[in-house]
Amino acid sequence: MADCDVTGLKTLPLDALHRELGGRMVPFAGYAMPVQYPSGVMAEHLWTRESAGLFDVSHMGQLTLEGEGAAQWLETIAPGDFLALAPGRMRYSLLLADDGGILDDLMVTSTGRYFYLVVNGATKQGDIAHMCARLPAGLVLTHLEHFALLALQGPKAVEVMLRLGVKPEGADIPTIEAMKFMTAGPYLWGDVRLGVSRSGYTGEDGYEISLPAGDARAFAEALLADPAVKPIGLGARDSLRLEAGLPLYGHDLTPEIEPVEAGLGFAVSKRRKAEGGFPGAERILKALADGPARKRVGLKLDGRQPAREGAELFSGGEKLGVVTSGGFAPSVGAPIAMGYVPAAFAAEGTALEIEVRGKRLGATVVPTPFHQKNYVR
Amino acid sequence: MRYYSKDHEWIEVVGDVVTVGITDYAQGQLGDVVFVELPAAGTEVEAGKEAAVVESVKAASEVFAPVSGTIIEANAALEATPDLVNSAPEGDGWFFKLNLSNPGELEGLLDEAGYKAFVETL
Repeated sequence: MADCDVTGLKTLPLDALHRELGGRMVPFAGYAMPVQYPSGVMAEHLWTRESAGLFDVSHMGQLTLEGEGAAQWLETIAPGDFLALAPGRMRYSLLLADDGGILDDLMVTSTGRYFYLVVNGATKQGDIAHMCARLPAGLVLTHLEHFALLALQGPKAVEVMLRLGVKPEGADIPTIEAMKFMTAGPYLWGDVRLGVSRSGYTGEDGYEISLPAGDARAFAEALLADPAVKPIGLGARDSLRLEAGLPLYGHDLTPEIEPVEAGLGFAVSKRRKAEGGFPGAERILKALADGPARKRVGLKLDGRQPAREGAELFSGGEKLGVVTSGGFAPSVGAPIAMGYVPAAFAAEGTALEIEVRGKRLGATVVPTPFHQKNYVR
Repeated sequence: MRYYSKDHEWIEVVGDVVTVGITDYAQGQLGDVVFVELPAAGTEVEAGKEAAVVESVKAASEVFAPVSGTIIEANAALEATPDLVNSAPEGDGWFFKLNLSNPGELEGLLDEAGYKAFVETL
């Protein structure tokens, strides 16, 4: 229970608000961030599943990519079909190393005029360096450093956005409630411009909202004034995404892991599967054709004791791999984990063992998500 | 007589049997407890060394033995209801009872007023 020294860390635009709300600040991705508020991780997790939770994810990197040939160039660093990405649509993608290893996972949105990218906080400087080193003349990559990013997640997110009076900016933009999952557009809250997408990292319906840092406090306070909304920290963000079966970069995804073994083959678009031409295409297309040697699996543990990242997976005397994320799942009511095992042990129902502090815990390979997703398709 | 450690345990002494748990402050810092790993009866524990592990939703935290001794009993109620550590940390959420092997170690612990003053400095 050592205290964390958070001095020298960068602060979020909403730092003061988090502290006023009683957020316990910890270092994460170089920022002082709230890991939980006074109600605690369990209550915050369950609140998000039944009402609406407000997350400050302003540590994440927000970038724009503009210029003639931007889609073609994106296809040289990531395996998505960006030529066919229609304005207002967003796609989950992967920044790939030359050997096909995953450098980061990201969201790519087409606005029609430019692409808007959201990358992980801990990797954003590396991502920017990677992209700048490869950027051809005529394309402009801009880091939106003075923008905040908030996520409003949960079944009541839609009614909260409507009560706040968030409106589309333009007649061709759908209303907040008519937005489909994985779409985005420009919206207005009063005269504040918001970039809103219907997306998230919790397995729930909800929105991610980009806005100028200077407007973030007023908007966050307006959301929190709604009785359906509570602030949610990093602790519940992690347990929510784990239950939703969503991998976390730096833990479940690393440069040593290629997309197919990570269960992210869907991020390689159909046309790209046929044409290749993305980093590591040979290795990734081979894994798609032959099946990967190992796979990321979901694990449900017997009993109540959780297994954490780094715990080793066994079948009898044979070491299979390690847990890459693990914890107690509040909505499942049991400990769950993710990890990598040889393909022969990846079938649903396979019984494995996880070693925790010298003791073997029984676990079973289960399908993910662990908790049913509630997206609005 | 009840003592406290700077590692946020309470130690209730009745004769040479002591009951150990974590303080209300400690449970507040740990958050929602979902599992407690306790030492089996007969285990020898040493002051300052790991004796139990508390798992919250997010993380595992070690609990150090505040005094040395032999475990007599672990709190079986924590197996099914680990949240007793949150709801009744200084009562039904006790961790284990032990036979003191070195009663002199009690002298290094704080009394209630001393612990309260210590927590206020944190």
